[in-house]
Amino acid sequence: MSGALTVFAAASLTDVFSELGDAFMADISDVDVTFNFGPSSGLATQINQGAPADVFASANSSQMTVVTQAGSAEGEPTIFTENVLQIAVPAGNPAGITGLSDFANADLTLAICTPEVPCGAAAETVFAAAGITPSVDSLEEDVRAALTKVELGEVDAALVYVTDVIAAGDTVEGIDFPETEEAVNSYPIVALTAAPNPDTATAWVEFVLSDVGAAALEGAGFRTP
Amino acid sequence: MTDPNLTQRGVPRPPPPSRWWRTRRRPGGKPPSQRSGARIPLALLLPAVVGIAFLVLPMVGLLIRAPWSELLLRLAEPEVGQALRLSLITATLATLVSMVFGIPIAWVLARSAVRGRSILRALVTVPLVLPPVVGGVALFLVLGRRGIVGAWLYDTFGFSLPFTTAAVVIAETFVAMPFLVISVEGALRAADARFEDAAATLGANGWSTFRRVTLPLVAPGIAAGAVLCWARALGEFGATITFAGNFPGTTQTMPLAVYLALQNDPEAAIVLSLVLLAVSLATLTLLRERWLTRS
Amino acid sequence: MAQALSAGSPPNLPFGVPESAGSLHNQRFDLAADRVSLAAAFAVQRGSLPLEVDLTVEPGRVLVLLGPNGAGKSTVLRVLAGLLRPDAGRVVLGDLALDDAAAGKQVPPYDRPVGMVFQDYLLFPHLSTVDNVAFGLRSRRVPKAQARAAARGWLERVGLAEYQTAKPGSLSGGQAQRVAMARALVGSPQLLLLDEPLAALDARTKLEVRAELRRHLADYAGATVVVSHDPIDAMALADEVAVIEHGRVVQSGAPGEVARRPRTEYVARLIGLTLLAGTGEGTKVRLESGASVTVAEPSQGSVHVAIRPEAVAIYPTEPHGSPRNVWPARVASATPHGSAVRCDLDGPVPLTADLTATAFAELGLAPGSAVWATVKAHEVEVYDR
Repeated sequence: MSGALTVFAAASLTDVFSELGDAFMADISDVDVTFNFGPSSGLATQINQGAPADVFASANSSQMTVVTQAGSAEGEPTIFTENVLQIAVPAGNPAGITGLSDFANADLTLAICTPEVPCGAAAETVFAAAGITPSVDSLEEDVRAALTKVELGEVDAALVYVTDVIAAGDTVEGIDFPETEEAVNSYPIVALTAAPNPDTATAWVEFVLSDVGAAALEGAGFRTP
Repeated sequence: MTDPNLTQRGVPRPPPPSRWWRTRRRPGGKPPSQRSGARIPLALLLPAVVGIAFLVLPMVGLLIRAPWSELLLRLAEPEVGQALRLSLITATLATLVSMVFGIPIAWVLARSAVRGRSILRALVTVPLVLPPVVGGVALFLVLGRRGIVGAWLYDTFGFSLPFTTAAVVIAETFVAMPFLVISVEGALRAADARFEDAAATLGANGWSTFRRVTLPLVAPGIAAGAVLCWARALGEFGATITFAGNFPGTTQTMPLAVYLALQNDPEAAIVLSLVLLAVSLATLTLLRERWLTRS
Repeated sequence: MAQALSAGSPPNLPFGVPESAGSLHNQRFDLAADRVSLAAAFAVQRGSLPLEVDLTVEPGRVLVLLGPNGAGKSTVLRVLAGLLRPDAGRVVLGDLALDDAAAGKQVPPYDRPVGMVFQDYLLFPHLSTVDNVAFGLRSRRVPKAQARAAARGWLERVGLAEYQTAKPGSLSGGQAQRVAMARALVGSPQLLLLDEPLAALDARTKLEVRAELRRHLADYAGATVVVSHDPIDAMALADEVAVIEHGRVVQSGAPGEVARRPRTEYVARLIGLTLLAGTGEGTKVRLESGASVTVAEPSQGSVHVAIRPEAVAIYPTEPHGSPRNVWPARVASATPHGSAVRCDLDGPVPLTADLTATAFAELGLAPGSAVWATVKAHEVEVYDR
């Protein structure tokens, strides 16, 4: 195996996949792994328009369906990990957020992801399950953008993934809420039919599904499916 | 007054040789639109055609791929009208703010003798080269709730700028004002400063001269700059989404709406793009014609 | 007899301007001394050229500053107008000190009772003619209607009443000049400055406009300073001429005086006089070249010899007869000069001669032709250097 490998992956996989990528390249010389991280919906569209990707890892099944239905996926996708939402607040929780019901408070500055992206779709689900009508100030275009706003202290709280809260370290605190189980995002991964480097693509998928991959994902806060 | 059609000795001038690409040049002759038979040299025509194709084809692509059958249905959706209205209002406000602050900046750069003008000019045009998203982040760091100035604003007035429509205007002004400053500075430099001397001898002080003589003289330059500024503000995305956020009706301008629609509904994105394109083209054509031909 | 224009006395204004317009003006300037004299003695550095002048102009009189380009004439006007600050000296108009370098005082140009006509007229292109002329009044808060009425009156006076709504771009050179004059005079200034007022006009228009300008300046009660490089302007318009060369006034006096007895090469050349330096020895003046000139009045010591171009007669062969000044010469150049041909002659006595075109043609002269030049002794002016 050799050559260049291009992996399109959801924004929430940024840190853990980059780590795995380094390990992969250390393991197998002659391979150069490049990532394109972004909202799964945007990535799916790019793949269907013919972007030269080898592998696609999506943050939820519906975006993967967009790809499989267009015939861009090689075989059946495999769920490799799960992620749930958590409330992210700036360190010290200055606004005293306690739970999901605070998202109905119009006096607070709140952000969630826009419903077109998986993180936002999950947010919609949990709000519906909790019977809360949220009063947010911004619908961010991807989960990392929402997280940045929390890190900068510009919003009182945002709904992001558990993994994002962990990745942000000390600048952000996470608050769990029970309704999160209503919207578990299962992350599928698949090699693509138009992969320029199919052998390496398959190797990468297997790597992610291996124990090494699972351990890294768990360490980052993802859940084993 | 010599007749250009007769030579010095009064003999009729022979017709010029016929080459299809010749350009007839007469010193101080009629403007190009009136010159009959002026042809474009091939060396200029070819690149011009290629350039035009490059600029126009993407828009043609939009027109071809548009979902014409559902167009009216989609246009009726409230988000479209909302985003369009917001875009037009914020772009216009951003242009007005740019004029209020940008014209004095241009005057200082063009007419005053303060030192460090070249540095000032470089600083004022930084937003032109700065990636808009970086501009958005920078605005956050200054005007955000925890920003250098914004924190004071928040503590004193309980008011924070991000996620408001005002933030959209600020973001758009930040990226578009340099266009206005550069245009107006150029116009001021080209204008004859001696008219200002004449006004002074006629009893007009600095401000009066500026208002009654300088401004009218550079009005076409200001108009051209304002049009550029408005167009840039209308299309602004990165700084807006970063600093102002995204919320329909408050901060979701057309470019944001297009980007988000592209996530999983490309057809909607095309429709929105067409709307923005049509509005921009109409405004630019009307305004440029009126103001540029008048000068 | 044309009515004299005096600053701010409403009954004298010939076109029914309401009194209030005049009295608004009264509040600005000291009208008790509405005819004031200009006294300007200052120095200013212009690039590498230091300029130093000392001028006085009485009200109603016209001073023409004559000199080559780059001599500093326009700079003088800019200082008088307040557009340039002098490094040293004072400019005083009547009782009002406009500039006082020592005291660090300068009245800004818009507060000076000065009217200026610029070389290219500088009529505001975006305003109509009547609004151009009314500009000065509008600057002084005269209401629009009154200002326009006064402006229209002035346009009638200069014969351009039907051009009041025209834009400056559509006016001819002569018309623009008249509008510029009206614009400068409408505010009843106490000092009028004209910068090369006729330079932008073609020869025929120049003659007409010069005559008109003479009449306007005669009517104007204040002091006038005109800058020109054309000696005919000086002759036609000036009560007094000051010649400026290299930043200094090298000669001043009545125009006839300056023309008859020029003190520098430049002035002499300007007027077409031949000016030669020599040593007087009775009725002969020995020139540096060794040749001598016979003159009518005896003189001693360092003298200038001046010969008018019309006084030089040219012969193809050596003439005999009364003139005691006969010299061989060679035609160096010949240029048309009005209806005459002006020839520069090289030789032991370099001369400038004016010939009629006919005479020039009959003699078959051309650059390089060898001729004989004569001058009658009583046609030669001698004066101390």
